[in-house]
Amino acid sequence: MSHRAQMPAPEPPFAPVPADPSGTHGPISVSVEGLRVCRRGVAVLANISCNIPQGRITGLLGPSGSGKTTFMRALVGVQKITAGTLTVLGRPAGDPQNRHDVGYVTQAASVYRDLSVLENVNYFGSVHGSSRQDAKAVLASVGLSVLANRKARNLSGGEFSRVSLACALVGKPALLVLDEPTVGLDPVLRADLWAQFAAMAEEGTTLLISSHVMEEASHCQTLLLLREGLLLAQLTPDQLRQRGETDDLELAFLRLIQGTPTETAEVASAAEGEDAR
Amino acid sequence: MNPSMLWSTCTRVLLQLRSDPRSIALILVVPAVLLALVYWLYQNETLAPGMPRTFDRVGLMMLGIFPFVVMFLLTSITMLRERTSGTLERLLSTPLHKADLLFGYALAFSIMAAAQALVATGTAYWVFGMAIAGNAGWVVLISVLTAVLGVALGLLCSAFAHTEFQAVQFMPVVVIPQILLCGLFVARDQMNSVLEVISNVLPLSYAVDGLQQVAQSSSPTSQLVWDLVVVAAFVLAGLLLASLTLRRRTA
Repeated sequence: MSHRAQMPAPEPPFAPVPADPSGTHGPISVSVEGLRVCRRGVAVLANISCNIPQGRITGLLGPSGSGKTTFMRALVGVQKITAGTLTVLGRPAGDPQNRHDVGYVTQAASVYRDLSVLENVNYFGSVHGSSRQDAKAVLASVGLSVLANRKARNLSGGEFSRVSLACALVGKPALLVLDEPTVGLDPVLRADLWAQFAAMAEEGTTLLISSHVMEEASHCQTLLLLREGLLLAQLTPDQLRQRGETDDLELAFLRLIQGTPTETAEVASAAEGEDAR
Repeated sequence: MNPSMLWSTCTRVLLQLRSDPRSIALILVVPAVLLALVYWLYQNETLAPGMPRTFDRVGLMMLGIFPFVVMFLLTSITMLRERTSGTLERLLSTPLHKADLLFGYALAFSIMAAAQALVATGTAYWVFGMAIAGNAGWVVLISVLTAVLGVALGLLCSAFAHTEFQAVQFMPVVVIPQILLCGLFVARDQMNSVLEVISNVLPLSYAVDGLQQVAQSSSPTSQLVWDLVVVAAFVLAGLLLASLTLRRRTA
Protein backbone atom coordinates (compact mmCIF):
# COMPACT_ATOMS: atom_id res chain seq x y z
CA MET A 1 0.00 0.00 0.00
CA SER A 2 1.69 3.10 -1.20
CA HIS A 3 -1.11 5.63 -1.27
CA ARG A 4 0.39 7.51 1.67
CA ALA A 5 3.36 8.45 -0.46
CA GLN A 6 1.15 10.13 -3.04
CA MET A 7 -0.61 12.29 -0.51
CA PRO A 8 -0.09 16.02 -0.92
CA ALA A 9 1.63 16.77 2.36
CA PRO A 10 0.47 19.69 4.53
CA GLU A 11 -2.78 20.84 2.91
CA PRO A 12 -6.02 21.28 4.89
CA PRO A 13 -7.71 17.93 5.53
CA PHE A 14 -10.81 18.70 3.48
CA ALA A 15 -11.19 20.41 0.15
CA PRO A 16 -14.02 22.97 0.00
CA VAL A 17 -17.36 21.59 -1.19
CA PRO A 18 -17.64 22.27 -4.91
CA ALA A 19 -20.42 24.54 -6.12
CA ASP A 20 -22.02 21.78 -8.16
CA PRO A 21 -21.46 18.67 -6.08
CA SER A 22 -22.80 16.31 -8.68
CA GLY A 23 -19.85 17.24 -10.81
CA THR A 24 -22.08 17.54 -13.85
CA HIS A 25 -23.90 20.28 -15.64
CA GLY A 26 -26.28 18.18 -17.68
CA PRO A 27 -29.99 17.57 -17.29
CA ILE A 28 -31.33 16.32 -13.97
CA SER A 29 -33.29 13.09 -13.72
CA VAL A 30 -34.16 13.11 -10.05
CA SER A 31 -34.28 16.04 -7.71
CA VAL A 32 -34.65 15.58 -3.98
CA GLU A 33 -35.37 18.42 -1.59
CA GLY A 34 -35.53 18.11 2.15
CA LEU A 35 -36.43 14.43 2.08
CA ARG A 36 -37.21 13.11 5.53
CA VAL A 37 -38.42 9.62 6.38
CA CYS A 38 -39.34 8.60 9.90
CA ARG A 39 -40.17 5.06 10.91
CA ARG A 40 -41.74 4.56 14.35
CA GLY A 41 -40.60 8.02 15.35
CA VAL A 42 -36.98 7.42 14.37
CA ALA A 43 -35.57 9.40 11.47
CA VAL A 44 -34.26 6.95 8.88
CA LEU A 45 -33.45 9.73 6.46
CA ALA A 46 -33.01 13.28 7.68
CA ASN A 47 -33.32 16.27 5.40
CA ILE A 48 -31.71 14.96 2.24
CA SER A 49 -31.31 17.22 -0.77
CA CYS A 50 -29.52 16.23 -3.95
CA ASN A 51 -29.80 15.95 -7.71
CA ILE A 52 -29.22 12.85 -9.78
CA PRO A 53 -27.93 13.61 -13.27
CA GLN A 54 -29.55 12.05 -16.29
CA GLY A 55 -27.76 9.39 -18.30
CA ARG A 56 -25.13 8.84 -15.60
CA ILE A 57 -24.34 6.24 -13.03
CA THR A 58 -24.87 7.58 -9.54
CA GLY A 59 -23.49 5.51 -6.69
CA LEU A 60 -25.33 5.48 -3.38
CA LEU A 61 -22.78 4.49 -0.78
CA GLY A 62 -22.84 4.06 2.92
CA PRO A 63 -22.57 1.49 5.68
CA SER A 64 -25.36 -0.99 6.37
CA GLY A 65 -28.32 0.74 7.97
CA SER A 66 -27.41 4.16 6.63
CA GLY A 67 -30.72 4.48 4.78
CA LYS A 68 -29.69 3.49 1.26
CA THR A 69 -32.63 1.18 0.65
CA THR A 70 -35.12 3.62 2.19
CA PHE A 71 -33.79 6.36 -0.09
CA MET A 72 -34.21 4.14 -3.13
CA ARG A 73 -37.69 3.08 -2.10
CA ALA A 74 -38.65 6.72 -1.71
CA LEU A 75 -37.49 7.48 -5.27
CA VAL A 76 -39.39 4.50 -6.64
CA GLY A 77 -42.47 5.68 -4.76
CA VAL A 78 -43.06 2.67 -2.53
CA GLN A 79 -41.89 4.39 0.66
CA LYS A 80 -44.09 6.64 2.75
CA ILE A 81 -42.19 9.85 3.33
CA THR A 82 -42.52 12.25 6.25
CA ALA A 83 -41.48 15.46 4.52
CA GLY A 84 -39.75 16.77 1.44
CA THR A 85 -40.21 16.86 -2.30
CA LEU A 86 -39.07 14.17 -4.68
CA THR A 87 -39.24 14.89 -8.38
CA VAL A 88 -38.48 11.83 -10.47
CA LEU A 89 -38.37 12.21 -14.26
CA GLY A 90 -40.27 15.47 -13.93
CA ARG A 91 -43.10 13.97 -11.91
CA PRO A 92 -43.65 13.46 -8.18
CA ALA A 93 -42.19 10.16 -6.97
CA GLY A 94 -44.73 7.36 -7.19
CA ASP A 95 -46.68 9.05 -9.99
CA PRO A 96 -48.54 6.31 -11.93
CA GLN A 97 -46.74 7.32 -15.13
CA ASN A 98 -43.42 6.66 -13.43
CA ARG A 99 -44.34 3.01 -12.96
CA HIS A 100 -43.65 2.62 -16.67
CA ASP A 101 -40.37 4.48 -16.57
CA VAL A 102 -38.71 3.51 -13.30
CA GLY A 103 -37.17 0.06 -12.90
CA TYR A 104 -36.43 -1.15 -9.38
CA VAL A 105 -34.34 -4.15 -8.45
CA THR A 106 -34.59 -4.95 -4.76
CA GLN A 107 -31.68 -6.21 -2.75
CA ALA A 108 -33.10 -9.71 -2.35
CA ALA A 109 -33.79 -10.98 -5.86
CA SER A 110 -37.55 -10.83 -6.23
CA VAL A 111 -38.52 -13.32 -8.92
CA TYR A 112 -40.76 -16.37 -8.96
CA ARG A 113 -38.65 -19.37 -8.02
CA ASP A 114 -41.12 -21.83 -9.49
CA LEU A 115 -41.11 -20.23 -12.95
CA SER A 116 -38.46 -20.59 -15.61
CA VAL A 117 -36.11 -17.71 -16.34
CA LEU A 118 -37.94 -16.82 -19.54
CA GLU A 119 -41.37 -17.08 -17.90
CA ASN A 120 -40.25 -14.65 -15.20
CA VAL A 121 -38.95 -12.08 -17.66
CA ASN A 122 -41.99 -12.58 -19.86
CA TYR A 123 -44.39 -11.89 -17.03
CA PHE A 124 -42.64 -8.74 -15.80
CA GLY A 125 -42.37 -7.69 -19.46
CA SER A 126 -46.08 -8.21 -20.01
CA VAL A 127 -47.01 -5.79 -17.23
CA HIS A 128 -45.00 -3.20 -19.17
CA GLY A 129 -46.61 -4.24 -22.43
CA SER A 130 -43.45 -5.66 -23.96
CA SER A 131 -43.31 -8.74 -26.14
CA ARG A 132 -41.73 -12.20 -25.93
CA GLN A 133 -39.03 -10.99 -28.30
CA ASP A 134 -38.14 -8.20 -25.87
CA ALA A 135 -37.84 -10.76 -23.09
CA LYS A 136 -35.47 -12.88 -25.15
CA ALA A 137 -33.37 -9.87 -26.12
CA VAL A 138 -33.04 -8.86 -22.46
CA LEU A 139 -32.01 -12.38 -21.47
CA ALA A 140 -29.32 -12.28 -24.13
CA SER A 141 -28.08 -8.94 -22.81
CA VAL A 142 -27.58 -10.31 -19.30
CA GLY A 143 -26.06 -13.53 -20.63
CA LEU A 144 -28.87 -15.83 -19.55
CA SER A 145 -30.08 -17.06 -22.95
CA VAL A 146 -28.75 -20.56 -22.40
CA LEU A 147 -30.61 -20.79 -19.09
CA ALA A 148 -33.91 -19.46 -20.45
CA ASN A 149 -35.85 -22.63 -19.72
CA ARG A 150 -34.23 -23.39 -16.37
CA LYS A 151 -36.39 -22.96 -13.26
CA ALA A 152 -35.26 -19.94 -11.29
CA ARG A 153 -34.93 -21.97 -8.08
CA ASN A 154 -32.25 -24.14 -9.74
CA LEU A 155 -29.96 -21.21 -10.54
CA SER A 156 -26.82 -20.14 -8.73
CA GLY A 157 -26.90 -16.97 -6.65
CA GLY A 158 -25.35 -14.84 -9.36
CA GLU A 159 -27.62 -16.17 -12.09
CA PHE A 160 -30.61 -15.67 -9.83
CA SER A 161 -29.88 -11.99 -9.25
CA ARG A 162 -29.32 -11.50 -12.98
CA VAL A 163 -32.84 -12.81 -13.57
CA SER A 164 -34.07 -10.19 -11.15
CA LEU A 165 -32.13 -7.56 -13.09
CA ALA A 166 -33.51 -8.82 -16.40
CA CYS A 167 -37.04 -8.49 -15.02
CA ALA A 168 -36.38 -4.78 -14.45
CA LEU A 169 -34.59 -4.21 -17.76
CA VAL A 170 -37.41 -5.69 -19.81
CA GLY A 171 -39.58 -2.63 -19.05
CA LYS A 172 -36.91 -0.43 -20.70
CA PRO A 173 -36.83 2.01 -17.77
CA ALA A 174 -35.52 5.56 -18.14
CA LEU A 175 -34.40 5.39 -14.51
CA LEU A 176 -33.03 2.16 -13.13
CA VAL A 177 -32.72 1.85 -9.36
CA LEU A 178 -30.54 -1.06 -8.27
CA ASP A 179 -30.14 -2.04 -4.64
CA GLU A 180 -26.74 -3.69 -4.19
CA PRO A 181 -26.87 -5.54 -7.53
CA THR A 182 -23.33 -6.88 -7.33
CA VAL A 183 -23.39 -8.36 -3.83
CA GLY A 184 -22.28 -11.98 -3.85
CA LEU A 185 -21.20 -11.98 -7.48
CA ASP A 186 -17.82 -13.17 -8.61
CA PRO A 187 -15.32 -10.58 -9.91
CA VAL A 188 -15.79 -11.52 -13.57
CA LEU A 189 -19.54 -11.15 -13.37
CA ARG A 190 -19.22 -7.88 -11.45
CA ALA A 191 -17.00 -6.45 -14.16
CA ASP A 192 -19.48 -7.61 -16.81
CA LEU A 193 -22.37 -5.98 -15.02
CA TRP A 194 -20.57 -2.68 -14.53
CA ALA A 195 -19.69 -2.68 -18.23
CA GLN A 196 -23.35 -3.23 -18.99
CA PHE A 197 -24.41 -0.44 -16.65
CA ALA A 198 -21.94 1.88 -18.36
CA ALA A 199 -23.37 0.94 -21.76
CA MET A 200 -26.89 1.64 -20.54
CA ALA A 201 -25.85 5.02 -19.18
CA GLU A 202 -24.25 5.72 -22.55
CA GLU A 203 -27.63 5.10 -24.18
CA GLY A 204 -29.26 7.63 -21.85
CA THR A 205 -30.55 5.51 -18.97
CA THR A 206 -30.09 7.04 -15.55
CA LEU A 207 -28.80 4.56 -13.00
CA LEU A 208 -28.81 4.78 -9.23
CA ILE A 209 -26.80 1.93 -7.76
CA SER A 210 -26.27 1.30 -4.07
CA SER A 211 -23.33 -0.52 -2.63
CA HIS A 212 -21.34 -0.76 0.53
CA VAL A 213 -18.24 -1.85 -1.36
CA MET A 214 -16.29 1.31 -1.97
CA GLU A 215 -14.17 0.01 -4.81
CA GLU A 216 -17.36 -0.05 -6.88
CA ALA A 217 -17.55 3.71 -6.46
CA SER A 218 -14.90 4.11 -9.14
CA HIS A 219 -17.42 2.88 -11.72
CA CYS A 220 -19.81 5.71 -10.86
CA GLN A 221 -19.78 9.21 -12.23
CA THR A 222 -21.18 10.78 -9.11
CA LEU A 223 -21.46 9.52 -5.54
CA LEU A 224 -23.96 10.08 -2.76
CA LEU A 225 -22.43 9.27 0.60
CA LEU A 226 -24.91 8.37 3.29
CA ARG A 227 -24.33 7.81 6.95
CA GLU A 228 -27.00 7.31 9.61
CA GLY A 229 -29.65 8.87 7.42
CA LEU A 230 -27.61 11.95 6.61
CA LEU A 231 -26.24 12.83 3.20
CA LEU A 232 -22.59 13.52 3.99
CA ALA A 233 -21.56 14.62 0.54
CA GLN A 234 -22.32 14.42 -3.13
CA LEU A 235 -19.15 14.30 -5.16
CA THR A 236 -17.26 12.54 -7.91
CA PRO A 237 -14.87 9.66 -7.16
CA ASP A 238 -11.98 12.02 -7.87
CA GLN A 239 -13.29 14.56 -5.42
CA LEU A 240 -13.65 11.81 -2.84
CA ARG A 241 -10.03 10.83 -3.36
CA GLN A 242 -9.01 14.45 -2.95
CA ARG A 243 -11.04 14.99 0.18
CA GLY A 244 -9.86 11.75 1.74
CA GLU A 245 -6.33 12.53 0.63
CA THR A 246 -5.86 9.02 -0.68
CA ASP A 247 -6.37 7.04 -3.89
CA ASP A 248 -7.96 4.29 -1.84
CA LEU A 249 -11.70 5.05 -2.06
CA GLU A 250 -12.43 2.81 0.91
CA LEU A 251 -10.02 4.71 3.09
CA ALA A 252 -11.16 8.05 1.70
CA PHE A 253 -14.74 7.16 2.57
CA LEU A 254 -13.78 6.03 6.06
CA ARG A 255 -11.98 9.28 6.66
CA LEU A 256 -14.96 11.21 5.44
CA ILE A 257 -17.64 9.41 7.44
CA GLN A 258 -15.60 9.35 10.59
CA GLY A 259 -15.88 13.05 10.31
CA THR A 260 -14.06 14.89 13.07
CA PRO A 261 -10.40 15.77 12.51
CA THR A 262 -9.15 13.76 15.50
CA GLU A 263 -10.93 10.65 14.27
CA THR A 264 -9.55 11.27 10.83
CA ALA A 265 -6.10 11.46 12.33
CA GLU A 266 -6.68 8.18 14.14
CA VAL A 267 -7.74 6.49 10.94
CA ALA A 268 -4.71 7.92 9.22
CA SER A 269 -2.35 6.69 11.89
CA ALA A 270 -4.01 3.29 11.92
CA ALA A 271 -3.49 3.12 8.19
CA GLU A 272 0.08 4.19 8.74
CA GLY A 273 0.56 1.35 11.18
CA GLU A 274 -0.76 -1.03 8.56
CA ASP A 275 1.64 0.41 6.01
CA ALA A 276 4.55 -0.15 8.32
CA ARG A 277 3.73 -3.83 8.68
CA MET B 1 -58.29 -2.95 -15.18
CA ASN B 2 -56.36 -4.17 -18.16
CA PRO B 3 -57.49 -7.51 -19.63
CA SER B 4 -54.09 -8.43 -21.03
CA MET B 5 -52.34 -7.83 -17.68
CA LEU B 6 -55.08 -9.75 -15.90
CA TRP B 7 -54.65 -12.62 -18.34
CA SER B 8 -50.87 -12.67 -18.09
CA THR B 9 -51.17 -12.74 -14.28
CA CYS B 10 -53.62 -15.62 -14.59
CA THR B 11 -51.32 -17.61 -16.89
CA ARG B 12 -48.36 -16.86 -14.64
CA VAL B 13 -50.20 -18.29 -11.61
CA LEU B 14 -51.20 -21.36 -13.64
CA LEU B 15 -47.61 -21.83 -14.83
CA GLN B 16 -46.43 -21.68 -11.22
CA LEU B 17 -49.00 -24.28 -10.32
CA ARG B 18 -47.90 -26.50 -13.20
CA SER B 19 -44.47 -26.84 -11.66
CA ASP B 20 -46.03 -28.14 -8.45
CA PRO B 21 -47.70 -31.53 -9.07
CA ARG B 22 -48.63 -31.90 -5.42
CA SER B 23 -50.82 -28.81 -5.48
CA ILE B 24 -52.48 -30.02 -8.66
CA ALA B 25 -53.17 -33.34 -6.96
CA LEU B 26 -54.52 -31.51 -3.94
CA ILE B 27 -56.92 -29.64 -6.20
CA LEU B 28 -58.04 -32.41 -8.54
CA VAL B 29 -57.64 -35.71 -6.72
CA VAL B 30 -57.98 -35.09 -2.99
CA PRO B 31 -61.64 -33.92 -2.97
CA ALA B 32 -62.69 -36.97 -4.98
CA VAL B 33 -60.77 -39.27 -2.62
CA LEU B 34 -62.30 -37.62 0.46
CA LEU B 35 -65.69 -38.03 -1.14
CA ALA B 36 -64.99 -41.74 -1.52
CA LEU B 37 -64.11 -41.80 2.16
CA VAL B 38 -67.47 -40.24 3.04
CA TYR B 39 -69.20 -42.81 0.83
CA TRP B 40 -67.56 -45.76 2.55
CA LEU B 41 -68.24 -44.19 5.94
CA TYR B 42 -72.00 -44.54 5.34
CA GLN B 43 -71.79 -47.71 3.27
CA ASN B 44 -73.26 -49.98 5.94
CA GLU B 45 -76.11 -47.81 7.14
CA THR B 46 -79.53 -49.39 7.19
CA LEU B 47 -82.21 -47.30 5.55
CA ALA B 48 -85.93 -47.36 5.94
CA PRO B 49 -87.55 -47.80 2.50
CA GLY B 50 -87.88 -44.46 0.67
CA MET B 51 -85.33 -42.70 2.90
CA PRO B 52 -82.49 -40.95 1.02
CA ARG B 53 -78.96 -42.15 1.76
CA THR B 54 -76.94 -40.05 4.22
CA PHE B 55 -74.24 -39.90 1.55
CA ASP B 56 -76.62 -38.04 -0.74
CA ARG B 57 -76.95 -35.35 1.92
CA VAL B 58 -73.43 -35.25 3.40
CA GLY B 59 -71.55 -36.02 0.19
CA LEU B 60 -73.40 -33.23 -1.56
CA MET B 61 -72.43 -30.71 1.13
CA MET B 62 -68.85 -31.91 0.85
CA LEU B 63 -68.90 -30.87 -2.81
CA GLY B 64 -69.25 -27.32 -1.50
CA ILE B 65 -66.94 -27.58 1.50
CA PHE B 66 -63.85 -29.29 0.03
CA PRO B 67 -63.25 -26.71 -2.73
CA PHE B 68 -63.60 -23.94 -0.17
CA VAL B 69 -61.00 -25.45 2.17
CA VAL B 70 -58.53 -26.44 -0.56
CA MET B 71 -58.62 -23.10 -2.36
CA PHE B 72 -58.41 -21.12 0.88
CA LEU B 73 -55.27 -22.99 1.82
CA LEU B 74 -53.64 -22.75 -1.60
CA THR B 75 -54.44 -19.10 -2.15
CA SER B 76 -53.40 -17.85 1.24
CA ILE B 77 -50.03 -19.58 0.98
CA THR B 78 -49.44 -18.55 -2.64
CA MET B 79 -50.31 -14.93 -1.95
CA LEU B 80 -48.20 -14.91 1.20
CA ARG B 81 -45.24 -16.14 -0.82
CA GLU B 82 -45.89 -13.30 -3.22
CA ARG B 83 -45.77 -10.86 -0.32
CA THR B 84 -42.68 -12.27 1.38
CA SER B 85 -40.58 -12.93 -1.74
CA GLY B 86 -40.63 -9.25 -2.69
CA THR B 87 -42.38 -9.95 -5.97
CA LEU B 88 -45.51 -8.21 -4.73
CA GLU B 89 -43.63 -5.02 -3.92
CA ARG B 90 -41.97 -5.25 -7.30
CA LEU B 91 -45.29 -5.72 -9.07
CA LEU B 92 -46.78 -2.76 -7.24
CA SER B 93 -43.95 -0.58 -8.56
CA THR B 94 -44.97 -1.51 -12.13
CA PRO B 95 -48.00 -0.35 -14.14
CA LEU B 96 -49.87 -3.50 -13.06
CA HIS B 97 -53.18 -2.56 -11.47
CA LYS B 98 -54.10 -4.16 -8.14
CA ALA B 99 -57.36 -5.44 -9.61
CA ASP B 100 -55.42 -7.13 -12.44
CA LEU B 101 -53.38 -8.96 -9.84
CA LEU B 102 -56.27 -10.02 -7.60
CA PHE B 103 -58.65 -10.94 -10.39
CA GLY B 104 -55.78 -12.68 -12.19
CA TYR B 105 -55.36 -14.83 -9.11
CA ALA B 106 -59.10 -15.31 -8.75
CA LEU B 107 -59.44 -16.30 -12.42
CA ALA B 108 -56.53 -18.75 -12.33
CA PHE B 109 -57.82 -20.51 -9.24
CA SER B 110 -61.39 -20.40 -10.59
CA ILE B 111 -60.22 -22.31 -13.65
CA MET B 112 -58.66 -24.89 -11.36
CA ALA B 113 -61.79 -24.84 -9.20
CA ALA B 114 -63.96 -25.58 -12.21
CA ALA B 115 -61.79 -28.59 -13.08
CA GLN B 116 -61.97 -29.67 -9.45
CA ALA B 117 -65.74 -29.33 -9.33
CA LEU B 118 -66.12 -31.38 -12.52
CA VAL B 119 -63.94 -34.18 -11.17
CA ALA B 120 -65.58 -34.24 -7.73
CA THR B 121 -69.15 -33.94 -8.99
CA GLY B 122 -68.49 -36.51 -11.71
CA THR B 123 -67.15 -38.90 -9.07
CA ALA B 124 -70.16 -38.33 -6.85
CA TYR B 125 -72.64 -38.98 -9.67
CA TRP B 126 -71.05 -41.68 -11.75
CA VAL B 127 -68.98 -43.61 -9.23
CA PHE B 128 -71.15 -43.31 -6.14
CA GLY B 129 -74.51 -42.84 -7.82
CA MET B 130 -75.47 -39.68 -5.99
CA ALA B 131 -79.18 -39.05 -6.48
CA ILE B 132 -80.57 -35.54 -5.99
CA ALA B 133 -83.59 -33.77 -7.43
CA GLY B 134 -81.87 -30.79 -9.06
CA ASN B 135 -79.55 -30.46 -12.04
CA ALA B 136 -75.88 -31.38 -11.55
CA GLY B 137 -74.92 -28.15 -13.34
CA TRP B 138 -76.07 -26.20 -10.27
CA VAL B 139 -73.88 -28.37 -8.07
CA VAL B 140 -70.86 -27.61 -10.24
CA LEU B 141 -71.69 -23.91 -10.22
CA ILE B 142 -71.97 -23.82 -6.42
CA SER B 143 -68.70 -25.79 -6.06
CA VAL B 144 -66.91 -23.27 -8.24
CA LEU B 145 -68.44 -20.40 -6.33
CA THR B 146 -67.34 -21.75 -2.95
CA ALA B 147 -63.87 -22.36 -4.37
CA VAL B 148 -63.75 -18.73 -5.46
CA LEU B 149 -64.98 -17.79 -1.99
CA GLY B 150 -62.00 -19.68 -0.60
CA VAL B 151 -59.74 -17.77 -3.01
CA ALA B 152 -61.14 -14.39 -1.94
CA LEU B 153 -60.88 -15.12 1.78
CA GLY B 154 -57.42 -16.62 1.31
CA LEU B 155 -56.19 -13.52 -0.50
CA LEU B 156 -57.59 -11.39 2.30
CA CYS B 157 -56.23 -13.49 5.18
CA SER B 158 -52.75 -13.64 3.68
CA ALA B 159 -52.45 -9.93 4.43
CA PHE B 160 -52.60 -10.66 8.14
CA ALA B 161 -49.96 -13.38 8.16
CA HIS B 162 -46.22 -12.84 8.17
CA THR B 163 -45.13 -16.42 7.66
CA GLU B 164 -46.58 -19.50 6.00
CA PHE B 165 -47.04 -20.95 9.48
CA GLN B 166 -49.24 -18.02 10.45
CA ALA B 167 -51.18 -18.37 7.21
CA VAL B 168 -52.01 -21.98 8.02
CA GLN B 169 -53.19 -20.85 11.47
CA PHE B 170 -56.12 -19.13 9.79
CA MET B 171 -57.55 -22.54 8.89
CA PRO B 172 -58.96 -23.30 12.36
CA VAL B 173 -59.98 -19.66 12.84
CA VAL B 174 -61.67 -18.88 9.53
CA VAL B 175 -62.50 -22.22 7.95
CA ILE B 176 -63.44 -24.71 10.68
CA PRO B 177 -66.13 -22.54 12.36
CA GLN B 178 -67.80 -22.18 8.99
CA ILE B 179 -67.78 -25.95 8.51
CA LEU B 180 -69.23 -26.50 11.99
CA LEU B 181 -71.97 -23.92 11.56
CA CYS B 182 -72.88 -24.36 7.90
CA GLY B 183 -75.60 -26.95 8.59
CA LEU B 184 -73.52 -30.05 7.98
CA PHE B 185 -73.75 -31.39 11.53
CA VAL B 186 -76.91 -29.71 12.80
CA ALA B 187 -79.52 -28.05 10.62
CA ARG B 188 -79.16 -24.31 11.03
CA ASP B 189 -82.77 -23.74 12.16
CA GLN B 190 -82.22 -26.22 15.01
CA MET B 191 -79.16 -24.40 16.42
CA ASN B 192 -79.48 -22.17 19.47
CA SER B 193 -80.25 -18.62 18.47
CA VAL B 194 -76.73 -17.26 19.02
CA LEU B 195 -75.16 -19.88 16.80
CA GLU B 196 -77.90 -19.44 14.22
CA VAL B 197 -77.20 -15.72 14.02
CA ILE B 198 -73.47 -16.39 13.62
CA SER B 199 -74.23 -19.02 11.01
CA ASN B 200 -76.34 -16.47 9.14
CA VAL B 201 -73.37 -14.16 8.61
CA LEU B 202 -70.96 -16.86 7.43
CA PRO B 203 -70.77 -17.29 3.66
CA LEU B 204 -70.31 -21.07 3.62
CA SER B 205 -73.78 -21.44 5.22
CA TYR B 206 -75.32 -19.97 2.08
CA ALA B 207 -73.33 -22.20 -0.23
CA VAL B 208 -74.42 -25.30 1.70
CA ASP B 209 -78.01 -24.07 1.80
CA GLY B 210 -77.85 -23.62 -1.97
CA LEU B 211 -76.72 -27.23 -2.36
CA GLN B 212 -79.64 -28.38 -0.18
CA GLN B 213 -82.01 -26.38 -2.38
CA VAL B 214 -80.64 -28.17 -5.44
CA ALA B 215 -81.07 -31.51 -3.68
CA GLN B 216 -84.70 -30.83 -2.81
CA SER B 217 -86.24 -29.37 -5.94
CA SER B 218 -85.77 -30.15 -9.58
CA SER B 219 -86.14 -26.55 -10.74
CA PRO B 220 -84.07 -23.69 -9.27
CA THR B 221 -85.81 -22.03 -6.33
CA SER B 222 -85.69 -18.34 -5.55
CA GLN B 223 -83.85 -19.19 -2.35
CA LEU B 224 -81.14 -20.87 -4.43
CA VAL B 225 -80.70 -17.71 -6.44
CA TRP B 226 -80.55 -15.68 -3.23
CA ASP B 227 -77.91 -18.06 -1.81
CA LEU B 228 -75.79 -17.65 -4.93
CA VAL B 229 -76.10 -13.87 -4.79
CA VAL B 230 -75.03 -13.80 -1.12
CA VAL B 231 -71.97 -15.97 -1.74
CA ALA B 232 -71.02 -13.89 -4.79
CA ALA B 233 -71.35 -10.73 -2.66
CA PHE B 234 -68.99 -12.24 -0.07
CA VAL B 235 -66.52 -13.05 -2.87
CA LEU B 236 -66.59 -9.48 -4.16
CA ALA B 237 -66.33 -8.03 -0.66
CA GLY B 238 -63.37 -10.32 0.07
CA LEU B 239 -61.57 -9.28 -3.11
CA LEU B 240 -62.31 -5.62 -2.45
CA LEU B 241 -60.98 -5.79 1.11
CA ALA B 242 -57.96 -7.76 -0.14
CA SER B 243 -57.22 -5.00 -2.65
CA LEU B 244 -57.20 -2.51 0.23
CA THR B 245 -54.44 -4.53 1.88
CA LEU B 246 -52.23 -4.13 -1.19
CA ARG B 247 -50.42 -0.88 -0.56
CA ARG B 248 -48.16 0.59 -3.18
CA ARG B 249 -46.57 2.79 -0.53
CA THR B 250 -45.53 1.31 2.79
CA ALA B 251 -43.77 2.65 5.86
